[in-house]
Amino acid sequence: MSDYDIVIGARSDRRLTAGDYLAKLVPDFMELHGDRLCGDDPAVIGGIGTVGNIPVTVIALEKGKTTEERILHNFGSAHPEGYRKALRLMRQAEKFHRPVVCLVDTAGAFCGVDAEEHGQGRAIADNLAQMSALRTPILSVILGEGGSGGALALCHADRIWMIEDAYFSVVSPESCANILWKDTGRAGEVAEALALTAPKLKRMGLIDRICTTGDPKGLAEEIAKELAILADMRTEDLLEARYRRFRNAGY
Amino acid sequence: MEGQTGDRLSGGNVMNLKSLFMKANNAPEGSGFRLGRYIVCKGCNRRIAVARVRREFFICPSCGRYMTVRARRRILMLTDKRSFVEHDRDLTSRNVLAFPQYDEKLEAARANSRENEGVVCGTATVEGHPVCIFAMDANFMMGSMGTVVGEKITRLFEYAAGKHLPVIGVTVSGGARMQEGMLSLLQMSKVSAAVERHSAAGNLYIVLLTDPTTGGVDASFAMLGDVTLAEPGARVGFAGPRVIEKSLNQALPKGFQRAEQVLRCGFIDAIVPRKEQKTVIAKLLAWHGTP
Ligand SMILES: [Zn+2]
Repeated sequence: MSDYDIVIGARSDRRLTAGDYLAKLVPDFMELHGDRLCGDDPAVIGGIGTVGNIPVTVIALEKGKTTEERILHNFGSAHPEGYRKALRLMRQAEKFHRPVVCLVDTAGAFCGVDAEEHGQGRAIADNLAQMSALRTPILSVILGEGGSGGALALCHADRIWMIEDAYFSVVSPESCANILWKDTGRAGEVAEALALTAPKLKRMGLIDRICTTGDPKGLAEEIAKELAILADMRTEDLLEARYRRFRNAGY
Repeated sequence: MEGQTGDRLSGGNVMNLKSLFMKANNAPEGSGFRLGRYIVCKGCNRRIAVARVRREFFICPSCGRYMTVRARRRILMLTDKRSFVEHDRDLTSRNVLAFPQYDEKLEAARANSRENEGVVCGTATVEGHPVCIFAMDANFMMGSMGTVVGEKITRLFEYAAGKHLPVIGVTVSGGARMQEGMLSLLQMSKVSAAVERHSAAGNLYIVLLTDPTTGGVDASFAMLGDVTLAEPGARVGFAGPRVIEKSLNQALPKGFQRAEQVLRCGFIDAIVPRKEQKTVIAKLLAWHGTP
């Protein structure tokens, strides 16, 4: 299976979505809507539930399964309102010392006139800056697609995990090939070079764990265990370690 | 200015890299091309003496077009004479992922920009106020952010936080540098965290958005200033306009992603003409004190 096959597979509509994982991870999940500024973005599902008896805030980028659902959730591509809802719920989690779990599956942040005019860049930037100082543990899992800044905006976490056949990339291989060589036919070669698979990113030390695919129950158990470990850390140590993990990226 | 400033960059992100290189190769400074002691303005095709263009802050005296300004020149324009002390000049990028043709691109970018990387950082004074300052360079792979750009800016914010200094940031960027894969994307997280620490310690950060500021830079430190200034007509946005046009299959509204429109949407504090930028920044610095 080539790296490009992994990208294609991560986009498949036969794949489990964030909602499937959510059902197993927090069966008592209650959705909380709205960014308290101007809207409620259905691409982002946020709310509270318990994981192994601990109340947890969960933020999920949901693609939907049927055509209708996919349209409703905008194929998992969030508007600024979605990132702002996520940040509102993370701030709420911080206030009540609840850990945050982010389930990420998106081709990227939505590219559109209204998204731009409502400040897509600012919304993502705010998440990065404020999550870096959020005084509660954050664990993010890339379930399928980890598409560029739109995925990164929910990954400023203490732990970043990936499902074994997910990808996480700065750019889609097709648009990269198109930008560099005006030749989308070279997407396969580009996918290889971008180092976007879980094993490659793990080897580079950019993610912490690779999880088995198609096993929401197993993932739920792993998350519960990890949250217990993170909950035992002093907040100052947690924040310093979070700063270091990104500080050390690349240089 | 509409439709002129930066339209050559309207691919947003890194779309027009190649054509930009070809043009920029003829124009190490200014977005006209150089003919001996003259620069030919791309806006009106007139020949203007280089010395005059410099005196005029790289604004065409005949048509008013804002020309591209190199990072080093930009710092000279905003800071006091001989006050700039550069940091980390020697950091250079390596092709860590062995990405096809990246080595050649880096070499061309170094020659084209006469810089080691796409950002120049250091300390200086602005009308006597000590500051840390960084300026990105459009002539270095369209100001794209790789690990070295991220590292240099992060170091600057950490230094500024340690010394309780304000940071002035001049942005111009097509976004994250694809050739460095996830390492470049994570620079957004890294720099944003450093900005947040600098901010939490009560320090001032002034951003000056220039044409174009897009992609991963727009979605990180360009949008995190205490005060956000922009040059007239600068393109500021997350997604490239062609990407949006293509995905929506509709023409974009007039003035879309231009500083004037972005200000109306609420994301810019003030648009400041080039000749007034130093004065405005000095005023802001004075109001925020120099501890
Ligand atoms: Zn002119």
